[in-house]
Amino acid sequence: MAEAILQLTDLRKNFGALKATDGVSLDLRAGEIHALIGPNGAGKSTLIHQISGSLTPDGGSIRFLGQDMAGLDMAARARRGLGRSFQISSLAPEFTALRNVMLAVQARQGSSFRFLRPVASDKSLTDPAMAMLERVGLENRANVPAAELSHGERRQLEVAIALALGPKAFLLDEPMAGLGPDGSKRLTGFLDALRHEAPILLVEHDMDAVFALADRISVLVYGRVIATGTVDEIRANPEVRRAYLGDTA
Amino acid sequence: MAVSRETIANGVLALLLLVVPLLAAASGETFYITLATRIVILALAALGLNIALGLGGLVSFGHAAFFGLGGYVAGILATHAFNGEAVLFGLPATTSMPVIWLVAVLLCGLVALPIGVISLRTSGVYFIMITLAFAQMIYYFAVSWPDYGGEDGLSLYVRNTFPGVNTTQPLPYFLICLGVLATAVCLFWLLRGSRFGAALEAARQNTTRLSAVGIAPFRIKLVAFVISAMVTGLAGALFADLNRFVSPSMLSWQMSGELIVLIILGGKGRLFGPIAGAMVYVMFEYALGDITERWQLFLGLVLLGVVLFARGGLLGLVAGRARHG
Repeated sequence: MAEAILQLTDLRKNFGALKATDGVSLDLRAGEIHALIGPNGAGKSTLIHQISGSLTPDGGSIRFLGQDMAGLDMAARARRGLGRSFQISSLAPEFTALRNVMLAVQARQGSSFRFLRPVASDKSLTDPAMAMLERVGLENRANVPAAELSHGERRQLEVAIALALGPKAFLLDEPMAGLGPDGSKRLTGFLDALRHEAPILLVEHDMDAVFALADRISVLVYGRVIATGTVDEIRANPEVRRAYLGDTA
Repeated sequence: MAVSRETIANGVLALLLLVVPLLAAASGETFYITLATRIVILALAALGLNIALGLGGLVSFGHAAFFGLGGYVAGILATHAFNGEAVLFGLPATTSMPVIWLVAVLLCGLVALPIGVISLRTSGVYFIMITLAFAQMIYYFAVSWPDYGGEDGLSLYVRNTFPGVNTTQPLPYFLICLGVLATAVCLFWLLRGSRFGAALEAARQNTTRLSAVGIAPFRIKLVAFVISAMVTGLAGALFADLNRFVSPSMLSWQMSGELIVLIILGGKGRLFGPIAGAMVYVMFEYALGDITERWQLFLGLVLLGVVLFARGGLLGLVAGRARHG
């Protein structure tokens, strides 16, 4: 069995009386896509926020590359190799697509406390950033401000930024959200190849994509993982069918 | 590459700022040189604030604290030097501008650091209020400290000195101030285009995005706040020498507001925004101030117009929307 890159153990988070995360344990192994599914309100976003560092768990542990992530903020986790995309596109709207990616390249290279050298002509930033835009098929839109990109293009840009970080693991929060069938299909093909660069923890509502991509699936209901397994195991699991897939499977 | 309209507008402003005082000097109208010096110094103060406010989106309502501190550094050092006394711990006082500037810049940086560390834990309206609170603390301290004039302020007997220049003459002093402003404009331009500038502008637009790529927004904002305070402090030292007078009014919240107004008028985040803003402000003050004490009413109307119809400021009207390459 491949070693775990990301390991959650008995993670807990309450909002008042609501147990948003209720003893979640799961892991992400090298080379795999691990999909996290569950009905609305199951606590998927809460879980992602705890992994990425924007929420502090009440209990349990998150280990990434063998290191406990407790006490590290979002920026520190990103520097250690956790590349995330957001459910709702989170970009610098006034920056062009290229400059959005350049920011990630700059962050990966290290210090941002350089005050004099212009970034616009810095090939060590523009070249890798352009390469990432080409990978997601956005090279023709490089000089368009993020705010003027279409919804689908913004999703692509999110992925390009995550790629530019050269992460050790991807945390993708509904990357297909709002994409048309064509866009979904293209992104599915793209993620399929991406897993060999770094494993992906994928939160996704698009079941076609999940079943096409996932090596393993975990099903989250009311803050608990009720099942983890391969696509076939999950499809066959009676508890999952009742809780979640009931009307579609 | 085509020259943008903003670059042309900037060129025109720079030319005006140089040529008008030279013409005034040639025709012996020294008053206009003093007016131009006032524009230059206020522009420098606002340029400092523009780093925090324009680039970083940090609406500091307490930058008068740094403006005033810079002024008091010039006033206090010069007073002690005039009396032939030491300042603190036997350190000699001085009337040399470069030394005064250095002290003013360093002191403002030192004061801005803890203020920034505390204020930057908040954002939005709370940031505005907490920076105001710090500035008011320093204001009341100055008012209640009798050694340096308290409420009445502190007069400088002679303008401080600059190696090789007769600073008591209006034109040489204007040129010194213009040189400082030109340097600051260049540094602002470099900073905005640098990696630090990219991170700072990203922090303004979306702090979560900045964190998600692994750059901690807090440190970026803190450094910007400190640099911003240092530049405004330097302007304060120049202002004290221009008027040969320092008083708590330089530390007042009205002064903080004035600096914000200059930036909004000219165009926030723009290279020449503070300069355009300061020109309009001082012109209004001069042209209408003779006619009515309530000239600020008319400035208010212009500001209202800019805020409602020209969000990019007056430079934005001329040059169009700012684009990030």
